[in-house]
Amino acid sequence: MHDFQFVTPGTLNEALKLLAKHGASAQLLAGGTDLIVKMRVRHARPDLVLDAKHIPELNVLKLDGTGLTIGAAVSCRSIYLDERIAARYPALVDCTALIGGIQIQGRATVGGNLCNAAPSADTIPALIALGAMAHLRGPKGKRQLPVEKFCLGPGKTALRKGEMLIHVRIPKPAKNSGAFFLRFIPRNEMDIAVVNAAAAVVLDARKTKFISARIAIGAAAPTPLYVEDAGAVLADEPVSENMIAEAARIASDAVRPITDMRGTIEQRRDLAAVLTARALRGAIDRAKRGNR
Amino acid sequence: MSTKKRVAATVNGDAAEFLCEPRQSLLEVLREVLSLTGTKEGCNDGNCGACSVIVDGTLVNSCCMLGVEIDGCEVETVEGLARNGKLHPLQKTYLEETGMQCGFCTPGFLMSSKALLDAHPDPSERQIRHWLSGNLCRCTGYDKIVRAVQKAARMLEAER
Ligand SMILES: Cc1cc2nc3c(=O)[nH]c(=O)nc-3n(C[C@H](O)[C@H](O)[C@H](O)COP(=O)(O)OP(=O)(O)OC[C@H]3O[C@@H](n4cnc5c(N)ncnc54)[C@H](O)[C@@H]3O)c2cc1C
Repeated sequence: MHDFQFVTPGTLNEALKLLAKHGASAQLLAGGTDLIVKMRVRHARPDLVLDAKHIPELNVLKLDGTGLTIGAAVSCRSIYLDERIAARYPALVDCTALIGGIQIQGRATVGGNLCNAAPSADTIPALIALGAMAHLRGPKGKRQLPVEKFCLGPGKTALRKGEMLIHVRIPKPAKNSGAFFLRFIPRNEMDIAVVNAAAAVVLDARKTKFISARIAIGAAAPTPLYVEDAGAVLADEPVSENMIAEAARIASDAVRPITDMRGTIEQRRDLAAVLTARALRGAIDRAKRGNR
Repeated sequence: MSTKKRVAATVNGDAAEFLCEPRQSLLEVLREVLSLTGTKEGCNDGNCGACSVIVDGTLVNSCCMLGVEIDGCEVETVEGLARNGKLHPLQKTYLEETGMQCGFCTPGFLMSSKALLDAHPDPSERQIRHWLSGNLCRCTGYDKIVRAVQKAARMLEAER
């Protein structure tokens, strides 16, 4: 690995000052499961590495009356092991519990997954479907962005110079709602998604009609994609296989996949439809069972 | 060269204080600074699990962590499994069930198995396979390893 300085800021202000001073030559280290691997193959060469894990604001994992705050340094494993969070946000368990193996999950963070901005990142579709907001801090103060606006391209984010992610905030699930995430990989575990998808639905009190829906697809465009139209078409429509197929068709038309070692354009387009339908069925099922 | 950092940790129950460069992974520190060569370097990118160790009760790949990150932490490596010359039940059952051939992946498998049994003393086969999915073995095959973990769970249960 190249030579670098390592600092462990104990406060947010200290971290922000160092980021402002060193700009792009400084990088935050959360779980390190992307950054350390990249530094080893010289795809990242920061002069200064700032350990994010001792900044109190980044370690918050808090469920309250209006939603859930996930600090940028909180590990995937501590999210899915929290029974209250798992009960209220099962789609977060779907994605955090399949990143890497147990070793990776113990280190990897949702914040790192988001800031690494891989098109295939497994937590991002669920965050988008759940309506999560990314809360940022930088030299010019605080701002918020919907997660679907955070990634700009492979490895590119909306973070400005000196800015960092503090946490993501997920609203409290609506009544009669459910959400679900899944991915397609050719193995059982330990692989990168060929395509992944998440859906969140809100049903009416009798659970026969959609009130609203949000659908997101990953690994099928330069960024995880919020397919607004696929969700919008379901509003006020009956919960039916016909409507699920319609949303799946829209999602499949919206993606802009590439052919690479993991899959072809045609396969990814097809998978976008199949996974959208399955994510919707999973979300509907959870809405009917009280999100469990 | 960036200055070396002083790190104080507990390794296999003993206090360890050492100097290391920020760019040294925990794996490098264990092997080259602390001379604990039981932990193996396989892929060096988090996929094979040969370097698995336990840090503050959490199973990690030591290749995906920096040595400086263990300041103030408790680290368990394969060297800490045997106590007073007596093998850990997992080490015994891996031997009895032939859970290894070349043995290169074994320290990592042992640590993952230990973390599993610490969290789930009576794991199902599915749970065992899930917990060991981050560890690759290219010669023994996994069935014998799974049997070794099941047997160790029964041994540990009988000891309690
Ligand atoms: C073996 C293996 C298997 C994997 N499997 C999967 C998988 O199945 N699915 C998947 O999606 N990913 C997978 N990954 C990738 C990786 O584990 C995830 O992307 C993980 O969530 C990254 O989180 P981290 O905390 O380790 O990030 P880090 O490596 O610490 O950081 C990632 C990037 O984000 C930046 N960053 C971190 N925190 C902040 C912050 N607060 N503000 C601004 N920038 C920040 C860092 O500077 C860096 O550029 C795998 C990786 C490995 C090694």
